[in-house]
Formats: sequence, C-alpha cells, structure tokens
Amino acid sequence: MDWILNNLWVVPAIPFVAFFVILFVGKRLPAKGAEVGIAALGVCWVLAVWSCVAWINRPTVVYEGGERLRAYIEHNYTWFNNGQVRLIFGFHADGLAVVMVFVVATISLLVHVYSTEYMKGDRRYTYYFAGLSLFTTGMFVLVTAASTLQGLFGWELMGVTSFMLIGHWWEDQANSNAAMKAFLTTRTGDVGLLVGITILFFGAHQTFNWESLNIQALTGRIDHTVLLWGALALTLAVIGKSAQFPLHTWLPDAMAGPTPVSALIHAATMVVAGVYLVARTYGVFWVAFSIGPHTNGHHGFNVLAVVGGVTILIAALLAFVQDDIKKVLAYSTVSQLGYMVMALACGAWAGGVFHLFTHAFFKACLFLGAGSVSHSGAHHSFDMKKEMGGLKKYMPTTYWTFVVASCALAGIFPLAGFWSKDEILLSSGRNGYALFTVVGVVGAMLTAAYMTRCVYLTFHGEYRGHGHPHESNRVLTVPLIILAALSVCAGWLSAFGLHYFSDWTRNETFVTAKVQDYPFSLPLAGVALGLALAAAGLAGFFYVREEVRLRGFSERNALARAGKDFLVNKYYLDHLYTDIIVRSIRRPIAQGAYWFDQNVIDAVVNAVATTTRQVANFVYDSIDQVVVDGAVNGVGAAAEEGGIALRTLQNGRVQFYAAILFAAAALLGLGLVLFI
Amino acid sequence: MLLNQFLFLGAFLFCTGIYGVLARKNAVLVLMSIELILNAVNINLVAFGAFRSNVAGQVFALFVVAIAAAEVGVGLAIVLIIYRNKRSVDLTEVDLMKG
Repeated sequence: MDWILNNLWVVPAIPFVAFFVILFVGKRLPAKGAEVGIAALGVCWVLAVWSCVAWINRPTVVYEGGERLRAYIEHNYTWFNNGQVRLIFGFHADGLAVVMVFVVATISLLVHVYSTEYMKGDRRYTYYFAGLSLFTTGMFVLVTAASTLQGLFGWELMGVTSFMLIGHWWEDQANSNAAMKAFLTTRTGDVGLLVGITILFFGAHQTFNWESLNIQALTGRIDHTVLLWGALALTLAVIGKSAQFPLHTWLPDAMAGPTPVSALIHAATMVVAGVYLVARTYGVFWVAFSIGPHTNGHHGFNVLAVVGGVTILIAALLAFVQDDIKKVLAYSTVSQLGYMVMALACGAWAGGVFHLFTHAFFKACLFLGAGSVSHSGAHHSFDMKKEMGGLKKYMPTTYWTFVVASCALAGIFPLAGFWSKDEILLSSGRNGYALFTVVGVVGAMLTAAYMTRCVYLTFHGEYRGHGHPHESNRVLTVPLIILAALSVCAGWLSAFGLHYFSDWTRNETFVTAKVQDYPFSLPLAGVALGLALAAAGLAGFFYVREEVRLRGFSERNALARAGKDFLVNKYYLDHLYTDIIVRSIRRPIAQGAYWFDQNVIDAVVNAVATTTRQVANFVYDSIDQVVVDGAVNGVGAAAEEGGIALRTLQNGRVQFYAAILFAAAALLGLGLVLFI
Repeated sequence: MLLNQFLFLGAFLFCTGIYGVLARKNAVLVLMSIELILNAVNINLVAFGAFRSNVAGQVFALFVVAIAAAEVGVGLAIVLIIYRNKRSVDLTEVDLMKG
C-alpha cells in the first residue's frame, strides 16, 4: 500500500516520458499525441489518488509534545560528489506533497481532455500536448522534491514551458511579447530563489534538504540574520512566480495563451508554485518574519503579509475595469494568490494550503468555462461587452458550472471557497493580524462584486455578439461539471469544525513551529458571508440598472437617427457614456489603481529596463569593445606580426638552417667555456 | 703521448666539414662533409680515450661509425629521390619548405 509513497518519483517520471514520446512519435499516432498525454496523466491521477489514500491510511505516530501526525517518507539518492559536498536528489512524500500531486494531476488531466476539443485543428497540436506534459512534469518535480535544489529544477522547468505554452500562437506579435514578459518577469523572481537557496544552503550547514532546513531554522541552529535574508530572497521568488504585487503584471498578459493553458498555469501549477514554496519552506519564514502568535503581537517585519494583502486589494480593484473575461479571471487569480500568501504569512498554514486546494478547482472551472463561452458562444473572442451577454439560455451547462464556481470563488455558503476563506480570516485574526483579516474581508466583498459583474455581462442581458451561440460539446462540458462538483465538495473537508484537511497535511514543521489551527467560527463566517452577499447584490443592482439605461438610451437614438451614421454615433456616445462619465464617477479608485499599475509600476519597470540598457551600452562600448576586443585583437595582431617576422627564418634552405645550427652550437660552446 | 696533434687534426677536419656543409651546393658533398665532422669527433674520442687509458672512447667511436653509416644510407637515399625529381642535386634549388 505504501509503495507509491516510497516511490513517488514515478509521478514526475510518467509525464516526462510522455513528453518525449509525444515529441518524437506523436504526429504519427491516430490522435496526434493527445492520447499519450491523456493516458500519462490518467495513470498519474490514479497514482495520485492511490498516494492520497495510502497517506490517509498511514498510521499516526506521537510526535514531541504529544502531537500525533503521519511521519513523512523520504528517499534520497546521491547525484554526485563535489569535493566535500554531496549533492542529493530525493523524493519527499507527506500530506502537502500528496495533496499537491492530487490537485495537479486532476486539473492537468481535465485540461488535457478539454484541450482535445478546444485545440482541435491547431497547427501545432502535437507540440502543444508535449508542452502540457513537460509543464506538468515541472510541477510534479517541484512538489515531490526533497531539496530546494531539486525544487529549483521543477520551478525553472515550469518557467520555460510556460513560455512555450503562453506563446503557443507566436505568429501574433502580442502573444509572443506576452510570453516574453511572463518569462522575464518570473525570471526576476527566480534570481531571488537562486540567491535564497544559496544563502540557506550555507546557513543550514550545507544542506539543500527541505526538512532539515525547516527543522534547523525552527530549533535556532541558523542565525536569524541569515534566515531573514534567505526569507527575503525567497519572498522575491514568490512575488515573481505567484504574481504578487508589484510583479503581477505578467499574469494578465499571460492570458494570450490558449485558455486550457491559462487554466492549468493559473489554477493548479506555476502560480501556486510560489505559495507552495512558502508552505514547504515554512520553518524559515516562520522564524525569519516572527509569524507566530506567541510573540504577543510583536510580529517581525512581515513583508510577505504586506505583499499578500496589497495584492488582494489592488488586483481585485483591477478586475472591475476589465472587459476581457479572461482578464477578470486573471486579476481574480492574482487576488486569490494574495490570499494564500497572506494566509501563510499570518500563520494560517492550513488555511492557506486549503485555499490553494479549493481555489485550484473553482478557478480551473472558471477558466475552462470562459474557454467554453469563447469557443462556442463568442467567436473565439473574450470580450464580454462586445461578443457576450445573454448566453445563459444558449449554454445552460456552461452557465451553471460558471455560476457554481463563481459562488465558490466569492465564498458563498456552502461551497469550497467559503470554508477555505473563513479559515484564513479566522486564523489570521486569532494570530494577531486583525488588519489583514479586515483586508481579507474587503477582498472577499470585492471578489463577490466583480464576479457578479462578470457573470452578468457574460450570461445575462441580451446577446451582443454576431454568431450563433450554442452549448459546447461533451468534451468541454464534462470537465466543467467535474470541476464544478469539486468546487462544491472540496471545502467540506474542513466544514463546521471538521479538520480532515489540516490533519492530513500537517507535518513536522507545522508541529515543531506550533502553528495553530483554528476550527470554524460561525460569527466571523456569517459576517464575511453577509458582506460578500451584500457586495454581490450591490454590484448586480448596478449592472442591471446600467443595462436598462443603456438600452433606453440607444432606443432614443434609434428614433432620432437611422442607418450607419447612427451606428457610428451610438458607438461614439456609448463610448463616451461608459468610459468617461460612468467611470469618472463610479470607478475612480479602480481607474486610479489601473493607472498606477500602467504608469507607475510600468514606469519603474521601464526605468529599470532603460537603466539596464544604458549600463549594457556602456559596458558594450567601453569595456567590451575597447578592453575585451582590444585584448583579443591584440593577441591576434601580435601573433600575426610575429609570424611575419619569423617566416623569414623559414626560407627552406637547408644550409641556412645548418648555419643557424652551428652558430647556436658555437654560442652554446662559448657559453660553456666562459661560464662554467 | 702528445694529445695536441690529434686535437689539431680533429679541429681541422671539423672546420673543413663545416665549411663543406655551409658552402658546397652539391648534396653529396654536403653529406661527405657531415662524415668529416663525425670523423673529427671520432678522432677526438679515440684520442682522449687513449690519453686517459679508457676504452670507452673507442667504443663510443665505434657507435658513431655505425650511426654515420646508417645516416649516410638515409642521406644518400634522400639525395637520390631529390635527383629523381629535380634532375639535380643542387641544395639551393631544394627550398620547397619555405614559410
């Protein structure tokens, strides 16, 4: 039964092999390689379920302090020796790892199935499936790794394959740019990861092992300053990979990729890699930022919590001004990632990981739902205002799954998001982070409001598109139904004081750090739910009103004018109406945030880029061209001049050589006589 | 026993040999001049050996004679091939290896 926990390496190995199979023989197979990917992920999914069951059935042991938990299983193999340092690769099976494996396998399998229909007829269909397999491998490597160094491989593998997948339709310059932006922005964070790993390697007495690192940090065997710098460097990695403020700008652009890719990247893999990193390296963060509640409110410089909190609000506000349904979901993802990061930084380890777990299902459902809408109802466009509206009656399955997932995201009782969000709010409050609890509640309200807007614009009102919307076929809807069902049920693992999830995922770090895990609290959950519902109602009211006014407006215009002129004018007025008047009154905050995003943050990014270019130019002109090239050319010139001078000696005349020989011998003889 | 006369003879032969190597154009004569140089060395070896009542000098001279024979064999073969290709054994014409 425990075989899979002892051999967790097979999980990343399967999609890795599938990648090569698809790449080399995929095109010759009947389904162009898709069946290989689906089969590989199917096997992975079975193994993931098996590993979860095996983990849950694992007997608990009494740990220090009387805590009961399931002991982790870790197998290490020597990779190579370098002097004194033995580099090890290994696989670590514990609750966090098997939960992550389960989430990744589930989402990835459904995305694979969904893609067979969504990507049908794509010119690089096989290549796309190869990319998906490699991407999934990257996430599996990260979540099963026993050491930071091995985690780095998975992390970077995801970075490069996300570049491949986001830029899948690279013929369009915008897509290519988006891929480049995603890659470079996350690379910025990766520098932090590399530095952090190095700092912690030397801090933790030359070990990359995650478990050892955490225990050493928690038992005070690593200097606090070292831990702080290590944690700050890792925070940069989290900001880059998990799209936290201020490096979140890559994520909305990454919507340029195919929609199933967005679902995979933004729900289950890649962006939660940063969150996973914090959860896995929790001992370091716990000590470095003094997260624990036992410090009597004297928390450390908790930059991680601030980053998470700011991200929640900034991203949620930005979601209000997007017309592109995928961008709404993208900003929503950023905001929810902010939740997870804030939760972990506020001591709600179980809550943060649980939110990661539930969020994966409903966010994947939303993305795939948006894909379904675009595929069958909106001419492959994602513009809610121009091509959607009123799709409820054409696409009932998509509609209902989307609504269920939206409710789960907004934290409506009794769906998944409700339980995970309340666990976060409660734990951060009890740990002395009252401010962040308030931020979380406000974030929940904003989430409810923008999801109401999104659902309303997409599915209600009148159809504004020009196609013939129809329900998507089963290949698209079955994954939606499965994900919607999971969005409903996933939260029940922690419902009403149950704590299955935290029991299953708690590990040695969790117990050693004495992380508190609070049960459900009805008053707080009730208040949060009430506020979210109120916000959703308010948003719904606004958008229904706006719709009615707009319709009346255009009808009045229709009476007054006719023909093409009218259409142009209506567009113009519509534009004026919605963009200038409505937004200037009702959305100054959102606009301001967006402006800040576009102007200040982008300006900083551009300034950094410009400075880099100037430095690079300087280096090029004065160091590379003058010093380095000078040296290289000098060596070449010296060799050439020397050759020209010396070739006169090589005149091919034997007797000349003999003369030199005798002259040299004579000189040698003279020297011998004179000096010895 | 007077060592000087033998050394003078050796020196004379040596100088004659060097002159021949450097100045003559005929490859066969150059080879013969090299033989002169080797034999000048032989004379010195034998003379010093006899002077110091040491047989090693004569043994060494025998080795030099053997090697000189081999060297002439190789050298004459080279000269023969040069002659076959160029119809001449003039060393000034053999400068194909110039850089």
